[in-house]
Amino acid sequence: MIWGVLQFPGSCDERDALHACSLLGEARLVWHETRDLSGIEAIVIPGGFSYGDYLRAGAIARFSPAMEAVAEFAAAGGPVLGICNGFQVLCEAKLLPGALLLNEDQRFLCRQVDLVADGPKSELTGDLSAHRPPEALSIPVKHGEGRYWAPDEVLDAIEAGGQVAYRYAPGQNPNGSARDIAGVSNEAGNVVGLMPHPEHAVDPLTGSTDGLRVFEAMGRVAA
Amino acid sequence: MTVELSKHRELGLTDAEFELICEKHGREPNAVELAMFSLLWSEHCSYKHSRKLLRRLPTEGERVVMGPGENAGAVDIGNGHAIAFKVESHNHPSAVEPFQGAATGVGGILRDVFALGARPIAILDSLRFGELDSVRSRHLLDGAVRGIGHYGNSIGVANVGGEIYFEPPYEHNCLVNAMCVGIAETKDMVRAAAAGTGNAVVLMGASTGRDGIGGASVLASAELGEGDEAKRPTVQIGDPFEESKVLECCLELLEKGLLVSLQDLGAAGLTSSAGEMASAGGVGIDIDVARVPLREADMAPFEIMVSESQERMLGVVEPARVPEVLAVCEKWQTGSAEIGVVTDSGRFRILHGDEVVGDIAVEDLVDGCPLYDIEPVEPEGWVYGNEATLAAGASAEDTLLALLGSSSVASKRWAFEQYDSVVGSRTVRRPESADAAVLAIPEAGNAIGVSIDGNGRRVACDPYAGTVEAVLECAQNLACVGAEPLGVTNCLNFGNPEKPTPAWQLDRAISALADACNALGVPVVGGNVSLYNEGPEGPIYPTPVIGMVGEIPDPEQVAGSAFATEGEAIALIGPFEPTLAGSQLAKLRGELGAGLPQPEVEAVAAACATVRDAVREGKLSSVHDISDGGLACALAECSIGSGIGSKVDVAPLRERGCSPEEALFGEGTGGFLVSGDRDTLDSLGATAIGKVGGSTIEIAAGDRSFSVGLDSAEGAWQSLADRFSSSP
Repeated sequence: MIWGVLQFPGSCDERDALHACSLLGEARLVWHETRDLSGIEAIVIPGGFSYGDYLRAGAIARFSPAMEAVAEFAAAGGPVLGICNGFQVLCEAKLLPGALLLNEDQRFLCRQVDLVADGPKSELTGDLSAHRPPEALSIPVKHGEGRYWAPDEVLDAIEAGGQVAYRYAPGQNPNGSARDIAGVSNEAGNVVGLMPHPEHAVDPLTGSTDGLRVFEAMGRVAA
Repeated sequence: MTVELSKHRELGLTDAEFELICEKHGREPNAVELAMFSLLWSEHCSYKHSRKLLRRLPTEGERVVMGPGENAGAVDIGNGHAIAFKVESHNHPSAVEPFQGAATGVGGILRDVFALGARPIAILDSLRFGELDSVRSRHLLDGAVRGIGHYGNSIGVANVGGEIYFEPPYEHNCLVNAMCVGIAETKDMVRAAAAGTGNAVVLMGASTGRDGIGGASVLASAELGEGDEAKRPTVQIGDPFEESKVLECCLELLEKGLLVSLQDLGAAGLTSSAGEMASAGGVGIDIDVARVPLREADMAPFEIMVSESQERMLGVVEPARVPEVLAVCEKWQTGSAEIGVVTDSGRFRILHGDEVVGDIAVEDLVDGCPLYDIEPVEPEGWVYGNEATLAAGASAEDTLLALLGSSSVASKRWAFEQYDSVVGSRTVRRPESADAAVLAIPEAGNAIGVSIDGNGRRVACDPYAGTVEAVLECAQNLACVGAEPLGVTNCLNFGNPEKPTPAWQLDRAISALADACNALGVPVVGGNVSLYNEGPEGPIYPTPVIGMVGEIPDPEQVAGSAFATEGEAIALIGPFEPTLAGSQLAKLRGELGAGLPQPEVEAVAAACATVRDAVREGKLSSVHDISDGGLACALAECSIGSGIGSKVDVAPLRERGCSPEEALFGEGTGGFLVSGDRDTLDSLGATAIGKVGGSTIEIAAGDRSFSVGLDSAEGAWQSLADRFSSSP
């Protein structure tokens, strides 16, 4: 399986995401100016501050040539995982519903949190949510703009449609996200975005290997 | 162009210095030259009051790859790799504008590290403010923490540790010291010395504007006082996105072998970076200011030469490779311009197109400033104030809670959760989970421990003993994670060296730093001096901030500071004989005074070796060094971290001659609080004092037994955020 990790000027976590993907297959960086995704079977849009994010997180990156190619890739059913800034970019690009707002207390926050996989519809998270009670994944969050928001009718719709991929475990919502939502998928289930950073949870030495589960679930969509 | 005679005074030069400049220069300097001289002859750039003292420091060792004089120090970590690191202050800019001051402090220290060709992998910071009940202190704390977070988070370098102290003498003049650690392949590293007549000088990164003009002389080399708000334009503005691009660009240039040398632009901008590159290489340099990309079209040559606009790097490039260099800059969408040439003239010439607007001998500019002998005079007794905030006769329970809740002892979670501590996937121990930060170095198959420390209050009590303690504290922190010290960096934050007391503090502290590093066999590979840290009420506490990096052979064998399991034994290791002198408790009681016991360096070093080896062999389940607030606070921290109580009897300390109060809350160097299997601890020569278990912290001290619930201890220790947000 060949993973492509997008790299924008201002990306921070692309090397960590590349490492995480390389534990599961072949992985390569995709420069933001290219439209060529040939050979790539799954896309990761990593965390960071693409193009500085001085306008609004992800607002500029969505117009990059690489993101135009990712939109086509996603439309054709290719798996796309957006992490943190990548989630913001996917929301800006309208590939995912909702938006990420400033954290409730207006501060950047870095903390290990527990996530529960939620959406039974998505093949991405299906096996994780099959456990009852859902198995918790210990994964760090680190962001200033991670409060998931969407109009109530959209929240109702994505919950009904099984598009809530991950929720913060009860009492651990770090940023005021609506309905404890940490990650969502599109209707088809092949595009997923989440604020926590699975690429920083792939080694027991640095705290947890639960993040690998998120990448593995993604790989199953591609297969 | 002629200069009014008083102009040099406005720029911070003395009359004698100005006369010396005229004599060396052979004429009065013109406006461009005077601006350049005033900056490079400032305290900040010339170290004119500290350079002689710094010669005392040991700087050599087997593992030293780069020592003082380069952009940062570096030590060998094995397998062809080196760890580069340095700590630097950005105190006065932060006191005037804390967000940008602290942010650009981080930006500057990052550039120092990647200027060597090292990829920054960690940031640590050491901050000092006035007491938290002051509006000004909370404003400065909030701004500095946001600024550090903004820059480090945005550029994607993990902030893995640090310390914050709150003491009244920092009320007006806060301290913001930032340390950066980077990793490099030794063969790709580059020095700052310009070389090769005819080579091109290329300016990379941001364009040049009017920000930060005079920062080094007007702001950094004078005391703070009335009207500092008017100095805001001398504070630089940071752009971490630009730095991220120029960082990646420089590392790619070095990896491709395209640069002869590289230097960052910090204080005094182009003047110091180009001047110091030429000086280090023994060459001359011509800079054409007309070719410098500008933010504002009408900037005068002197403004271009002294601007402290951030995110700029200066490289020396062989002429044939300039197009390749410019192409890499283009790829990273960062600015680049060929602005000058290396010459064999020994002159630093400033051109504006065809016109020569400045012409100075490099030697006069960079090394011409006179070095001064300071005139230290030991003051009589304690020269700082200290008001009691804890009632005399408070019970042991109340005293413990007051200490845990005191802002300097309390958990700094509120601050460090605002920093990305995990980016880079190297962080083996996150803030407050061990005494030192631990970063995996897979490139060399091992790990490093990093610590930063400097308790100014204790240095104020006794500059010599306090500074030795700061070095030992770092060594103890490293021992706790199984790390053996490889090198030291330092930032010496002191008051006005032209006054007798700060001069004495500086003199004693540097001797202590030298003696302690010699005794431990650890070289000082870099550092920074920040003087004139004074407000209207007088000088800050003398604050030598020590940064230490050590090697850990196996990152799997690293203890944490929290107790591990119910029932394990608790013991003491080390020559710990605490007293109340200079302690947090003495401060709360208004009993601070001059004098500290002299630390026994050899004995502490031996205890560090015992602990280090035990950690490496996996013999300890937890280890925490005993510092602020004494044994009782250390015990509470280990219990809070694990969520398990503890029960100890401090009788062994009583046998060492300590009073019950000294045993509980006294401070001093050389103490480790460890837990583990009782027999194993005995075999290490540890002194057993109790057991882990229950939901209270129970301590017997002679006839004064008491207990504090884990919940209330944790409530006090985690009170910083509440006090920050609920204060008026």
